[in-house]
Amino acid sequence: MSLSFLLLAVAALCALSFYFGRQRAVALSGGRHSNLHSLPVHYGAYTAAWCGLPALALLLIWYMFQGSVIEALIISDLPQEILGDSGRLSLALNSISQIAAGGGEHLTVSPEIVDAGRRLANLQTIANAALVVVMLSVALAGLVLSYRRIEADMRARNNVERISRAIMIVCSAIAILSTVGIVFSLMFETLHFFSKINPLDFLFGLEWSPQTAIRADQVASEGAFGMIPLFVGTLLITLIAMCVAVPVGLFSAIYMGEYAAPKFRAVAKPALEILAGVPTVVYGFFAALTVAPFLRDNGAMLGLDVSSESALAAGLVMGIMIIPFVSSLSDDVMSQVPKSLRDGSYALGATKSETIRQVIFPAALPGIVGAVLLAVSRAIGETMIVVMAAGLAANMTVNPLQAVTTVTVQIVTLLVGDQEFDSAKTLSAFALGLVLFLVTLGLNVFALKVVQKYREKYD
Amino acid sequence: MTDMASLMEDRAAAKVISDNLRKPVDWDSPKIARNIKKRYAAERRFKIYGLVAICLALLALCTLALSIGSKGYSAFYQTYVQLEVTFDPAVIDPEGTGDPEVIGRANFDGLIKQALRDRFPDVTSRSEKRNLYGIVSGGASYDLRERVLENPSLIGQTRSIWLISGDDFDMLNKGYIDADVEEGSRRLNDQEVSWYNELVEAGAVEKQFHTRFFTNGDSREPELAGIWGAAVGSFYTLIVTLALSFPIGVLAAIYLEEFAPRNRFTQIVEVNINNLAAVPSIVFGLLGLEVYLNVMHLPRSAPVVGGLTLALMTLPTIIIASRAAIKAVPPSIRQAALGLGASPVQTVTHHVLPLAMPGILTGTIIGMAQALGETAPLLMIGMVAFIVDIPGGALDPATVLPVQIYLWADSPERAFVEKTSAAIMVLLAFLVLMNGLAVYLRKKFERKW
Repeated sequence: MSLSFLLLAVAALCALSFYFGRQRAVALSGGRHSNLHSLPVHYGAYTAAWCGLPALALLLIWYMFQGSVIEALIISDLPQEILGDSGRLSLALNSISQIAAGGGEHLTVSPEIVDAGRRLANLQTIANAALVVVMLSVALAGLVLSYRRIEADMRARNNVERISRAIMIVCSAIAILSTVGIVFSLMFETLHFFSKINPLDFLFGLEWSPQTAIRADQVASEGAFGMIPLFVGTLLITLIAMCVAVPVGLFSAIYMGEYAAPKFRAVAKPALEILAGVPTVVYGFFAALTVAPFLRDNGAMLGLDVSSESALAAGLVMGIMIIPFVSSLSDDVMSQVPKSLRDGSYALGATKSETIRQVIFPAALPGIVGAVLLAVSRAIGETMIVVMAAGLAANMTVNPLQAVTTVTVQIVTLLVGDQEFDSAKTLSAFALGLVLFLVTLGLNVFALKVVQKYREKYD
Repeated sequence: MTDMASLMEDRAAAKVISDNLRKPVDWDSPKIARNIKKRYAAERRFKIYGLVAICLALLALCTLALSIGSKGYSAFYQTYVQLEVTFDPAVIDPEGTGDPEVIGRANFDGLIKQALRDRFPDVTSRSEKRNLYGIVSGGASYDLRERVLENPSLIGQTRSIWLISGDDFDMLNKGYIDADVEEGSRRLNDQEVSWYNELVEAGAVEKQFHTRFFTNGDSREPELAGIWGAAVGSFYTLIVTLALSFPIGVLAAIYLEEFAPRNRFTQIVEVNINNLAAVPSIVFGLLGLEVYLNVMHLPRSAPVVGGLTLALMTLPTIIIASRAAIKAVPPSIRQAALGLGASPVQTVTHHVLPLAMPGILTGTIIGMAQALGETAPLLMIGMVAFIVDIPGGALDPATVLPVQIYLWADSPERAFVEKTSAAIMVLLAFLVLMNGLAVYLRKKFERKW
């Protein structure tokens, strides 16, 4: 029975228990609802909750552990010589799961593996059947138990409300859970990585070339995992993006807020917001196929040697993407400057631009700095534009006409496609992810603090 | 003594200043006039800077739209070639059984090749023949099979039939391959171009609307590749995302806005939500890879995993929008309900939530639109695989529209450039539709209390 059927069955049971619970309450009331503590609906909801919730909780827990438990069972039966070698082990596990899925006839593997594949298929069938049985019996047990607890003076409404409040708390805790999940999953793999590579080499190394030998007998480089070149590349592209986004975004916010006629604003503002809604993969395509060739050809005409994956192309397009972000944030900030400051300035005879430059802008500066920092963190974490338009070679350069690579590009190249787990190459992606997470988190927290302080000042 | 002296000095200075102030300013003096002129010029300059900034941004938008539109519009048409195909019974159904299975297994590719050889009888060498077969796409034989299966009476006849052309030929017909450049630097040699010219003169080349682009899955052959597989994958992914993030987000928002006491837990939750909204999307991909694939062993490349990952990403958007919508419901509504004896939960479910629903839905649709355009986290969980089949459920391997765009953008064939642009147009159309719906909902149900 597939998962969707199981869920449907539980839903049907819930509906049924709602009906029973309600019926029972009506029967107990003897026709007068005032004999009951709560409305009949609450009794129905009470039984339905006790029927469905434990079963769903069980399903979640089951799925969290099913995969790893079965894998552990399979691995424990494999011959010793496979277990010793992590590369062979992952290969073996791969073929086992193929065989279990019914394929793998073309594989040339030892009989143990074929055996294990069959056993895996068996175990999966058993686990699925067990899940169905256990889940349905839990649902039924919940139904029966709660049904029998229904009495006329039972506080059904309070019960149901307590349950729903608990569900709400769990839902809001998911925000915490996902942060914790991010930190732990990245931390775990990063520590693994640091057991192979010295953290100091990673943090301060000046060379990045993650190609390591796949097999021990292969001739290959050791691989260097210094992240400084990646950060230089990231910062270069971010800087170019900011050079585009900050002036354009700021000036368009000023024009939109101070000068534009309402009709013009009604057209231009949504048009700017469209820029924010365009998916990043579209910008990446635009950067790689329109902007980069354009820059290369024009650079050649000027006698400049522009790489076809130049940092300039990626940075320019990323800047375009961030314009609406900067403009809407700084618009927010500038509109919060109290009107009295503006009026005072006008009363002294200042022109509009003098007021903006000498009164509003300085007053709003902390907020604008916060907005720019948020934009920087956006740019650092941006992936698709740089994956499609920036290079792969980790050059340590600040020349915007050359190709550089970024942290996000490396994470994608390391993790897309065939990967061997447990190799320093794969694990380094998680270490880069952790650094990226911490840097953007730091920037965000700092920027939000600045903006908040600024808001309090004028509240 | 020194105090006295400095006091005297101050007084003297003050007198000078007040004398200066008392002196009337000559507003008509040329100096003032010059000054004012300068200030007004600065004012105009400043205004122009602002206008230039907006124009630059709009110019970027137009360039983007134009470059994609001009590259992609041709992908909605496909070149077809008319050939005299003989439905040779000896090839299709030698024993005359009329059994669909026998017909289905017949070598229709051979029929097309025969038709091409008949059309250009002077082609003899092997390599020339191979080039000749490139005129018609490898997918044309499926069309022929469908045709014969539908209408078995065709067997034995000779018909002139429009067949879908190969990608290079298509590119030549659409003008992307310039026949005037030197032979060595283009994809088609002079002989192939002469075939093309001959066919064009005979009126046997035509562009037709390319329905396959909307109905096929991915393919290595550009002329056969379509976006339907990716669109279905996107659909399943979004369904999973919506099913998770909408209830969780709304419940969390209700709790935080209506029930949560001001304590540490609430504070931590709020800080977390704000930070999650700004975490780079690729980090969510790493989380998905580690938790869903490595720990929970969910299937790789499946829309379920994509949906689970994107749900975590859209959650902050939905929570923030829902909280704003719930906050906008005036307290008098709550007080009235409570005054009539409703419990707090009843107040929320019967009154606050229905009134806040339009705002919540608007936020949800915007969150879904973001999720639809998201690429980076899905690369991490293996949704970049080359998948030909249309996924039949949320557990089948699939890809999504933005990832399909990324894959095609990486393909070397010239014909994939127009496919990529066309896929982008389709994706943008979906996004415009969703955002338009959100704007409509907001306009229609917006209430000023």
